[in-house]
Formats: sequence, structure tokens, C-alpha cells
Amino acid sequence: MASLVGSRVERKEDKKLLTGRGKYTADINFVNQTFAYFVRSPHARAQIKNVDTSKALKAPGVVAVLTGKDIADDKIGGLIAGWRIKSEDGSDMKVPAHPPLASDTVNYVGDHVAVVIADTLDEARNAAEFVKVDYKVLKAVVNTAEAMNSDQIYKDIPKNLCFDWLLGDRAKVKEAFDKADKIIKIDLINNRLIPNAMEPRAANADYNPSNEEITLYTTSQNPHLARIIISAFNGVAPENKLRVIAPDVGGGFGSKIYPYAEEVVCSWAAKKIERPVKWVADRTESFLSDCHGRDHVTHAELAVKNDGTFLGFKNETTANIGAYASVFATVTPTYLFGPCATGVYKMPAAYSNVKAVFTNTAPVDAYRGAGRPEATYTIETLVEKAARELGMDPAEIRMKNFPTQFPYQQTLVHSVDSGDYVKGLNKAMEVADYKGFEKRKKQSASKGKLRGIGFCSYFEACGIAPSPVVMMLGCGIGLWESAEVRFNPTGNVTVFTGSHSHGQGHETTFAQIASDQLGVPIENIEISHGDTDKGPFGYGTYGSRSLTVGGTAIVKACEKIIAKGKRVAAKMLEASVEDVEFSNGEFVVAKSNKKKTIGEVAFACYLPGTYGEVKSPLPEGEEPGLKETSFFDPVNFSFPAGSHICEVEVNPETGETKVVKYTAVDDFGTIINPLVVEGQVHGGLAQGIGQALYESCHYDGSGQLITASYMDYTMPRADNFPEFQLDWTCTPATTNPLGTKGCGEAGAIAAPPAVMNAVMNAIGTEISMPATAEKVWKACNKNKKIKSEAA
Amino acid sequence: MKKVSLEVNGKKVSKEVPDHTLLSVFLRDILNLTGTHVGCDTSQCGACVVHVDGKSIKSCTTFAADLEGTKITTIEGITQNGKLHPMQEAFKKLHGLQCGFCTPGMVMSAIDLLKNNKKPTDAEIREWLEGNICRCTGYQNIVAAVKEAASKM
Repeated sequence: MASLVGSRVERKEDKKLLTGRGKYTADINFVNQTFAYFVRSPHARAQIKNVDTSKALKAPGVVAVLTGKDIADDKIGGLIAGWRIKSEDGSDMKVPAHPPLASDTVNYVGDHVAVVIADTLDEARNAAEFVKVDYKVLKAVVNTAEAMNSDQIYKDIPKNLCFDWLLGDRAKVKEAFDKADKIIKIDLINNRLIPNAMEPRAANADYNPSNEEITLYTTSQNPHLARIIISAFNGVAPENKLRVIAPDVGGGFGSKIYPYAEEVVCSWAAKKIERPVKWVADRTESFLSDCHGRDHVTHAELAVKNDGTFLGFKNETTANIGAYASVFATVTPTYLFGPCATGVYKMPAAYSNVKAVFTNTAPVDAYRGAGRPEATYTIETLVEKAARELGMDPAEIRMKNFPTQFPYQQTLVHSVDSGDYVKGLNKAMEVADYKGFEKRKKQSASKGKLRGIGFCSYFEACGIAPSPVVMMLGCGIGLWESAEVRFNPTGNVTVFTGSHSHGQGHETTFAQIASDQLGVPIENIEISHGDTDKGPFGYGTYGSRSLTVGGTAIVKACEKIIAKGKRVAAKMLEASVEDVEFSNGEFVVAKSNKKKTIGEVAFACYLPGTYGEVKSPLPEGEEPGLKETSFFDPVNFSFPAGSHICEVEVNPETGETKVVKYTAVDDFGTIINPLVVEGQVHGGLAQGIGQALYESCHYDGSGQLITASYMDYTMPRADNFPEFQLDWTCTPATTNPLGTKGCGEAGAIAAPPAVMNAVMNAIGTEISMPATAEKVWKACNKNKKIKSEAA
Repeated sequence: MKKVSLEVNGKKVSKEVPDHTLLSVFLRDILNLTGTHVGCDTSQCGACVVHVDGKSIKSCTTFAADLEGTKITTIEGITQNGKLHPMQEAFKKLHGLQCGFCTPGMVMSAIDLLKNNKKPTDAEIREWLEGNICRCTGYQNIVAAVKEAASKM
């Protein structure tokens, strides 16, 4: 059997999704189900003086109207921040209470005030109009940069400051800066984004009074985490009485890692009214209440020698985490951001100082790349500026500062096991035809267009993560992954994984891995995920971790299967275990033609006897059955890296900016399925280019979300992109048996600086994301004016 | 309430529905054809695209009651005798889908494009699909799949 790892295997999951047979949460219905509609705050900040539900309760079809008082009376716990960060002065971060339904105050537009539950959605929505909430409106804090000097939102949180965190050594940085020939400075805004998975969030909770068990269907990247939080922290039901199923999920990008108020409320309410409660967000609700991403204000400086050698780096960032500290809100701008902010370079001294602030906006949490796009944008625009100011080629300055010896101990945290950054950038320049740029620039100029080129070399810490390390740093959970490989008696295989696929194609790529390991044809392998009652506990999919951590767990479980298979085959073949070899699905006795297929061994494990005589194929003491579990905890992160080169064309008359050429050369280590990996890169690039040119979440001064629909928030469309040119280099990861590094976030990490560097190269002016036509046109006009005045 | 009689995927259907019932609701909640998805409230995302008398429309902004006597085709209706439509085949072959949520609308929209333009260029495909938003694929493999399907149809 030919190896499947490395092959462009068509996806097993596609047929159902292409024929309309996928089952997303909104497609799931129960007999006697009710519908929930949430009454949300129309104000960014207000005291709730009174909630009057009496009229709503009398409306047709209404089953219940529940408020913050009800949820407090039932002692349902609040939503949690999952990562404890300490400030530079050693004090613990400060977080406000976050009840699933607000009782005293509301803190962003869209905050949950009450839920109306009725027989139909129309009835619930209509009755919600009758819930009378008496608010005392307070002055909202909206602006990230000004949050610390604005009104105090929470009484126990001075300056609206969650934490003031430092990573690195200020004294060493000062020394480095004192020795520098030149200090390059930059002020950046990493624009706030809204993740916008195409499937809006949804939940359907079904309570069974006979066994007191809740089954919650939900749009989750991580059903096991949802279960432990809703059980242990919200206290809705004990873990053994709560089953969470994340069926087909229509994209996540980080926004569906953790449970939200709606899942908690639906589960609690279903138990209370003893009927299923279904909730499906409409798109505006998603805009208002899904966690947002990014939203940093950064000042960064790079100390350089005149020859382009980097001496030191400092990064002062204010990160807006919104109204409450969501589950991964506090780690995203700290440990996922700071260590990567020195980029892919040798940087003798560095620090990152991050102040996380509360504002009256939706909570901000991990969004594709989570901290690493912000880090990469900071260092890569700064490096490009250094090249400009030193009169160096942007490739030359990067090459000069790449580490070339691996493992490489990066300045702030990571020990990078493998990589070849020089090779990656050289290949990117070759694929992008860097030499031909000047010619293409002239061609563009002849059409009245300004052409620019931009580079980005990045690395990212993925394969999240070694549990003892992240727990030492404040993480409230482990980040290992589980796999159970279960042979069925007839020889086919079901693999249960704690990872969750919501577009990534695990049903195919994980089956490729298991097929190679076990020598079982891929069509006889089923990947099962997303149901807490099926496989073992796991930690879900985010942080480009599924293959590196979850895939390795599958390999380890397969190794255990083979070890047991050898013992059984040895007995069956009357050989010693040491003489049994396994390859291509067969146990073979060395130097003989005696063999048993793995299917025969599995059958014998489940039917361990013989007709007519008492004889077991199992060695003495061996248990029947063939099923093994592995919990794999990685020893290190993995470190994908690469170089991207973007070319844009700007029309100075209109400001319209188009990406006309985009080259990505990435090193993801071993690639299991190039078809799937290319798709992951394309998607990441679209989101990254979206951030650079189109997307931006905007609140007005009073905290109203202005971009709350697809009429107002620019989602990238098919005609916004050229055909991307992709290529690879490969230095296998040394920290997992597959050699994989992760590929899901690279595009979103590398594209924003590559695009923005190209735009700035084209127009010759610094400009903030998104580089909309209006902004670019203004910048071009200003340049024209300066030029004409100078003339 | 209004009675509406029409044909869905070749089957005659007659139902009494509230006047404001959208075609997407009619298909999903009344006929249980949940392959048609709803991804927004403003007729922008295109996950809900179906064919009415052979033309692609957004079912989330069409009243079922206005469609008396029409022939509707949804994503569930384009597979013939268990065999995938060439557009579905092409999406599968070239990885034109990831999470699959936008896919039904994308496929139905693309099929309509090829009815009007048998050999569209990349730019024409990208322009046609402007009304279908995908957050996963970056569109590249969708464009490739539409071209592949055009070569097979």
C-alpha cells in the first residue's frame, strides 16, 4: 500500500457538505423545542434599574422570560477568563464579574439582559419587544488608546487596566539602544476585526428529565472545553450529566473556541423549563456578540547599526480586551504576542510591555493567528522602515539578521527547533521574480498606476502547547490532545480525536495518518470528533495545533495498537514477539512467510477462541479487544515560518489598491495533504489581506457598533484577490514524530505586513490598516501637494 | 396564511404558510431541506442561493408566497441518481470548500453562471461570485473548480 502522507487525497467530508447533507447546529431540531431570543443592551454602558417582564410573559406563545436575577438566584456562575496574567509589579490581573445575563450593569451594545423563550421564533422575537428595561445610561469608554484616562468602568479596576505585563529586560534593551547608530520608531494601530465565520453561532439544548442529562448541540471548536466550563464554572450540570456535541461547524477562526453566554443560558433554561431551547444568532447578533479580534495600539522601536544589524527591540502596546475578559483574551496579547514580536531575527535584547484595557465594546479574544499577526505586523513594518531609512534592500536587511543555526534560542521565550529562513526568503524572491519588479513597476506606471512591493518574513509559535509550560504561565487548562484508535471486530477502524474539524479536513488528513500507520485502506477508517460522549476528553482545534498535537496522539495510539498486535500475532504464528515485524498492515515473522493481517489479528482479539477446543489466540494475561488511547503532551511548541512577497497596484486618482501578485513560501515541516494545506494558506491570506485593505470594526464615540452587518463591514469577496502563488520549503519539526508544524494561521499572520509594506512602497507614505481607497487617495493627494509645493 | 403550490427538486409541494414566510424558511423549516443555509440578514452572503425556474436567487429575501407555480431547485436537487453534479465533483476534486457552510449557495450560483457563460474567465467567475461570501477558502480553489466544471459540462 502506497503511503498516503504527502498525497493530495480528496476530502472524505466533502460529499455530505456538497449535497446539502451536512448537519450544522441550526439544522438540528427536537420535538417540543422552544426558541430563545435574547434581549440585548442597546447601550454601551448603563446601570439596569429595572427589568419588567410582565407584558412579555403574557404575549402569545411565551414559555418563559428569564433575567439576570433568575440566573443569579439559581447560582449559575459567570463566564471566565481562562489565563491568569501577572503585571510587571507582580500583582494579579483584574477582571470583572461576567454573568451570563446581566443584573446590575450592561457593558457593551449587545450585552445579554434577558432571554425570551417561546414556542416559535417569531413569538419569542415579538415578545422580546415587550421586555421593558429601565436603564441609566453612563458615559461609555470606547477608544483603546484613551481607555486608561477615561471614566472607570468597574469600581475595583482603576484605570480600566486589566494588567500591565512585561516580558523581557528593560535594562538590557536600554544598553542596546545606547549602542545603536540609529533608532527606528513606528506607531501602529492593529485594526479591530470581526471573525465572521459564515455559520452564525447557535445552540440547541435538550434536557432529559428521566436521567437529568442535558445534551447541548453547539457551534464549537472545542466541545470538551465547553462542557468543562459550563459544568465546573457555570454549574449548570455535573460533567457526567452534560453532553456537548459540536456537529458540522461552519468555520470558527477562534471565535468558537469557548462557550458564550448563550450556550450557558440555553442549557440552564432547558433544564428549567424541561423543554429543548434553540437559539440561532442572526448576523447582526454575531457582529455584536461574537468575540472580536486584534485592536492594539503600539509604539515600537528597533535599534540598529548602520550596516543593518539589529541590536534591540522594544514594544509598548495597549490591547483592548473589550468589556469582559474572555477565555483566551488575556493570553492573546501577552504570551501569544510578546515572544513573537522580535520576529524571525537574532535580537540581542528585547522587551514587550502590554497594557490590557477594558472598554465598553464586545469582548476581544483569539482570532486567526491570535497575537502573532499583531506581533508580525509590528516587527515587519518596523524592519521594512529600517531598510528604507538605512537605504538597504528589504531582503538584504532580513537576510542579515536571520539566525542560521538551529535549534535557535529566540530572545524572549522560544527555543526554535528547526528552520531555514535564508532558503525560504531566497525561494520566495525566486518564485515572486523579485528581479523583474522594476520592469513591472514601469509597466504599471505606463498605465498611471503606482506599483509597490512588500516583504514579510515571519515565524509563529504553534502546536499549542506543552501543558506544564502554559500552566506555569497562567493557563487554566492543559493543552495536550487525545486520540483513541478503535479496531472494530471486522477489521475497520474508528479513530476518536479530541481535535475538532470545522473546515480543516481532519476526517481526511487524520485518516491518511492512521492509514499509513496501520496499513488499513483510508476508506475503512472513520474519524470521529465533536461529541463528548464518544471520544476521550480533548482540547479542540485552534492555535494550529490539531495535526501537531492531535495527529501525534493518533500516531502514538497506533503504535500501541501495533505493539499489542505483535504480541497477539506472535502467539497466533507461534513465534517470539521479537521476531514479528509490522509493515503494510501485516505482522510477519522474520525470515519466514508466516504472517497475519492486522484485520485477522483484530478479529482474533475480539473473538478469542476456537471451535471444538479451548484455545485462545491471545497470550496469557492479554486482554481481549483492540483499542488504544493516547494522551499526547508536546514537549515544545512548533515553529512554522516563511517569507511572503506582495505586489500592489494603486490608482492614485481613486485610491483603489489591488493586490496584483502574491507569493507565499512557507515551511510547515512535513505536509500531510498539500491540497488541504494550500486551502488553509489561501484562506489565511484572504483574511490577512482583508485586514490590510478592507476590514475594520468601528464603534462610534458612544459605543454603538457602526459595522454591524455585511452592508457596513467589508468582507473580502472573490474579486478582491489575484491568484496566489504558493510554494514550500521543508525543515521537519524535531519535536513530533510526524515532523509537522501547523499551517492554519500563517496566511493571516504574514499577509497584513506584506500588503502594507507594498502599499507604503507604492505611495511612499506610512498609512494605517485598512488601506481603504479613501485613505490611500488622501495620502496620494497629500504627496502630490507636497511635491508641487516643493517644485 | 396563504396557500402556495410549487415544485421543489421535481416534487410537487403544496403548503399553507404565513404570508411573511421567506423561501429560505419554507425550505429549511417546512420542507426540512436544510442544505440551503442562512448566513446573514441583508442578502449579502449568498449561502441561501437556490434556483427558481433555473435562475439563481437569494432565498432569504424572497417570499415563498410569491413563488406560486414555480420550479425550485436546491442543493439537494442537483445530484442525479446519487451521482454528483459536475460542479459538485469539481469542488470536491479541487478542494473548493472547507467548512461547507457557504458551499451550497456557491455551487448553485456557479451553476447559474455556466448557464449564461459556458467558458468564463477567472475575472468573470470572480465578478459573478461577488454575491457569495466564503470565509475559508480565499476563493482560489472555488474559481479553479468553476473552471474545471466548465470544461466538463
